[in-house]
Amino acid sequence: MATLVTDPNIAAPDDFYEALIEAHRGLTDAQSALVNAKLVLLLANHIGDAGVLQAALAAAREDVASA
Amino acid sequence: MTATYTYPKYAYRRPPELDGPSARRGVVVVGAGPVGLAAAIDLAQRGVPVLVLDDDDTVSVGSRAICYSKRTLEILDRLGCGEPVAGKGVGWKVGKVYQGSELAYQFDLLPESGHRRPAFVNLQQYYFEEALVNRARALPALEIRWRHKVTHVAPAADGATLRVATDDGEYALACDWLVVCDGARSPIRRLLGLDFEGQVFRDRFLIVDIRMAADHPAERRFWFDPPFHPNQSVLLHRQPDDVWRVDFQLGWDADPEAEKQPERILPRLTAMLGPDAHFEIEWASVYTFQCRRMQRFRHGRLVFAGDAAHLVSPFGARGANSGIQDADNLGWKLSLVVAGRAPEALLDTYDAERVAAADENLRNSTRSTDFITPKSAVSRTFRDAVLALARRHPFARRLVNSGRLSVPAVLADSPLNTPDAASFAGAMVPGTVAADAPVTGACGPWLLDYLGGGFVLLVFGEGVDAAAARALCAAPVPCRVVQVGGAGGADREVIGDAEGLVAARYDGRPGTCYLVRPDQHVCARWRAFDAAAVRAALARATCRPPET
Ligand SMILES: Cc1cc2nc3c(=O)[nH]c(=O)nc-3n(C[C@H](O)[C@H](O)[C@H](O)COP(=O)(O)OP(=O)(O)OC[C@H]3O[C@@H](n4cnc5c(N)ncnc54)[C@H](O)[C@@H]3O)c2cc1C
Repeated sequence: MATLVTDPNIAAPDDFYEALIEAHRGLTDAQSALVNAKLVLLLANHIGDAGVLQAALAAAREDVASA
Repeated sequence: MTATYTYPKYAYRRPPELDGPSARRGVVVVGAGPVGLAAAIDLAQRGVPVLVLDDDDTVSVGSRAICYSKRTLEILDRLGCGEPVAGKGVGWKVGKVYQGSELAYQFDLLPESGHRRPAFVNLQQYYFEEALVNRARALPALEIRWRHKVTHVAPAADGATLRVATDDGEYALACDWLVVCDGARSPIRRLLGLDFEGQVFRDRFLIVDIRMAADHPAERRFWFDPPFHPNQSVLLHRQPDDVWRVDFQLGWDADPEAEKQPERILPRLTAMLGPDAHFEIEWASVYTFQCRRMQRFRHGRLVFAGDAAHLVSPFGARGANSGIQDADNLGWKLSLVVAGRAPEALLDTYDAERVAAADENLRNSTRSTDFITPKSAVSRTFRDAVLALARRHPFARRLVNSGRLSVPAVLADSPLNTPDAASFAGAMVPGTVAADAPVTGACGPWLLDYLGGGFVLLVFGEGVDAAAARALCAAPVPCRVVQVGGAGGADREVIGDAEGLVAARYDGRPGTCYLVRPDQHVCARWRAFDAAAVRAALARATCRPPET
């Protein structure tokens, strides 16, 4: 079964990070939220594996307490 | 009142109990809605005398259920009233989902042929109930008392005592079993203080039935954010008599009284249908929807079914359709228990199976409602993201949820199933409703004409000898043999596999046997006939001790 990769896996991390921020340039907060949501859905479908998705959801929520 | 339908008025009759002693009843059903009627017909067809009490004297009034599933039609076929419903109803199987004015996604609920009934028919609930009432009235074991309101119930270990109010006064009535089908507000559930846990969705929907001559195809059409009703959803369905159901999402802040007024409704319809459309409003109401269920459906000698036991939002058409499956599940079990052929524990499996089915319906209905009415800003953002992606990317179309339409529950975890000992291809795992297929034979051209009623052993080829077939027929819980192909005598029914679809759908290699319950669910299967294994599976499916 596939597991969530949390060790470095992106060849040029600074390039990716810059592109991620760039993707939001000129957007309102609401538009950015929409772009982020679309990004999450696209990546989730690419991953597909339910276990990996669950692990990613859990890791994203870690240390973020309910308001 | 509507222009296209005249409500029947069923006569109230003064009950004999007001003028003399009150005889104890075996089974009493409270509520002559779709579910109470179906349950009563099933029991009466099995020879169990039933008394139905209903506080009204007509069928369902106004805009309620319209979409009836293939499984509901199959159950009605077994109950002897499938034809009036399927014949009058408008069949459909394609659903289209629009984002704005663009088609985002389209689904086909029954892409294959070789089934008697379509995926769905649309029919006003009053016609549906009228068909059931007509069938009920033809059954000598069934009595319906109109304008008889149950006002009190005292449960006991061996039954219940009711108080019933009529125009002429009140009377008491004792019974062994009470089947409670008194609807979403269930006065009996409330009287007894039984729980009904769940949630109310903070949204309102305007449901309008209009009469309009239009020749749009009979498809389900659903819009998210259409230009004629921005930011909200709209659902459109075709019904018989040139009646169309339009369902406008209004939001939680809408004023339900004001929205029901024609001067508010007409502009909405004109925006949708265009300035030249000619239509008349048949009926309009504003609803909020809920998803909830009782923790248990069986409480001793009281058994709850339909909306009284569980409530879903209509997106998915899982209300009446699941209630009819409750009735289908209950009828044979209660009749075996009443006849002393199965222990009361069999009714606990009604509870287990239908609670599991209700949870499946609630899960689907809640998910649809959360998509249609997002509960938070982020939920709304994801919903909009799905809809935006769906225009370009096939994967996102699968996430669009405008209602997942009712399919029969697969009772995979039922204690009544015998686990497979061999491997089989296809969908007919124990717990599944037996799939229909075209056949030839003396009792009709469809496989489902031969299944149900009692237990059936469906065998492929001549693997069951005459003595074994006769023994199965003579067992305490009898089991008929239906044989696909080959020759046979008076001890079995022989059918032909008209298009090879029975073998295909059941992976029916020669020798294969399926044990099918009286409600047409598969409960066991084997690759070769073994009389002892069939007896054991029959015992298990009826909660009887294994024979020695
Ligand atoms: C807008 C809308 C759309 C819907 N669309 C669909 C759909 O497309 N498909 C679908 O499957 N479902 C749909 N439903 C749900 C469907 O209408 C219900 O699930 C169905 O009517 C439930 O049937 P029932 O027999 O359990 O209860 P009911 O139909 O409510 O019948 C209960 C009966 O009990 C009687 N009664 C109540 N109290 C007493 C008493 N004290 N004494 C005697 N009698 C009593 C009542 O008079 C009534 O006749 C829809 C519902 C709504 C509101």
